[in-house]
Amino acid sequence: MTLLDVRGLTVRTADGRTLVDDLSLSVAPGERLGVIGESGSGKSLTTLAVLGLLPEGMTATGSVELGGTQIVGASEKRLTGVRGRDAAIVFQEPLTALDPLMRVGRQIAGPLRQRRGLTGGALKRAVAEALEQVRLPEPGRIARAFPHEISGGQRQRVALAMALACEPKLLIADEPTTALDVSVQADMLALIDTLVRIREMAVLFVSHDLAVVAKVTDRALVMKDGRAVEEGTVDEIVRAPREEYTRTLVASARKLESALAPRSAR
Amino acid sequence: MTPAVEATTPVLELDDVALRYRGSTAPVLQDVSLAVAAGHSLALVGESGAGKTTLLRLLLGLARPTTGTVRFDGEALRLRDAKLMRRFRGSVQCVFQDPYSSLDPRRRVGATVAEPLRSLGIDSRRTAAPKVAEALERVGLPADAARRYPHEFSGGQRQRIAIARATVCDPRVLLADEPVSALDVTTRVKVVDLLAELQQERGLTIVMVSHDLSVVASLCERTAVLERGRIVEQGDTAQVLGDPAHTYTRRLVDSVPRLPV
Repeated sequence: MTLLDVRGLTVRTADGRTLVDDLSLSVAPGERLGVIGESGSGKSLTTLAVLGLLPEGMTATGSVELGGTQIVGASEKRLTGVRGRDAAIVFQEPLTALDPLMRVGRQIAGPLRQRRGLTGGALKRAVAEALEQVRLPEPGRIARAFPHEISGGQRQRVALAMALACEPKLLIADEPTTALDVSVQADMLALIDTLVRIREMAVLFVSHDLAVVAKVTDRALVMKDGRAVEEGTVDEIVRAPREEYTRTLVASARKLESALAPRSAR
Repeated sequence: MTPAVEATTPVLELDDVALRYRGSTAPVLQDVSLAVAAGHSLALVGESGAGKTTLLRLLLGLARPTTGTVRFDGEALRLRDAKLMRRFRGSVQCVFQDPYSSLDPRRRVGATVAEPLRSLGIDSRRTAAPKVAEALERVGLPADAARRYPHEFSGGQRQRIAIARATVCDPRVLLADEPVSALDVTTRVKVVDLLAELQQERGLTIVMVSHDLSVVASLCERTAVLERGRIVEQGDTAQVLGDPAHTYTRRLVDSVPRLPV
């Protein structure tokens, strides 16, 4: 049984432009799929469509089945039941994903209260646990802090803690490390890898960066102009890209990397 | 200013510079000394909060150090010396990170690119036009770009417009703050190639701030690594990034995700 099954997904704007075009993909429970694409490829819209979060004015057609629920055309009430339980998302920019006026602890408590019905002392302990899980130091202090009082890397860990709080079956991560420093990115990728492994969660990992995707997933889908260009294992895509576009993508990444690689390989 | 002097005197130099914001205890920069040799390229690398952008602001004459000296052609940069600053502005130009916020959305590209020529009093609107056309052509943009608005261009093209604006007055130094970080990988490679070309063909001196080590390695001859306001290591890029002497540099290099071989 597949956890996420997208068939012929098409996303159009109100004025009729097609932004995602007849896209199909599937993720089995515990499986990890990377979606690689440059700006405008439709990769982020695809993740939003999976959670029924498309911006106003955009319409989805086709089929998106998440944990057995049809997302396309589903009522908001139905979607609320699915979000968090079947899938949760971490966005690129943690500063915009968190409410600037609410202390971090309360933001994590929100989904915990709603999903797991926790209150009082139990809720407080669960918040502390959630923060500890994402390896945040001094969870007590972080819980009392406002988003602007902690670093970018810490904010992204908080966003991850919120996404994991409901123990979703699928974690969707949309460029979760693009806004982070390189050493912070390395830690974050390792953290996602570990947490997902422990919980046997499935991952849909979206990024423009092939090397980052390769760190987390084994299978990947390349998107361009709203269409799937190529799908395969990350190894296949990187070593023997079949399509011209994928070749350009790999060549660009290799070119930049080669400036750094040969000397540091010693 | 004779060529002989230029060959030995760095175009830009920081001599034992420190910067401390009023009321804050920890300095943003301290004990920073570095020299930018004419015609060469230097990268400033480090993570957020290391002081890269502050250092660039000093080199651009947009901030004044608390102690120490910033020198331009061997002369201390006095921000109130209008004559000196005019010469400085004609010689040192800048490209910023975000090509969406750095171009005025209501001005045609031609007017934006002509701006340095007009504000430095080099050209009138009419005499600027051929130079603008040449600058746009140099960065690989179509001839009709000058009549269009920034929103009609992609991110990579906008960054080319910003580079055209920065190079139109034929400066000697180009300071770039994360010039390709906001771009896709394929576009990133093209803009790095363009900068390398400008450096070689026009003898442009480039100082680039970046957290992207592979971009630094492909473009810059020398690299200085900043950690919490101090330069922990500087030298030839091949040496610094290929065989780091400092643990911080080593950690940065090791953190770069790589494609499976």
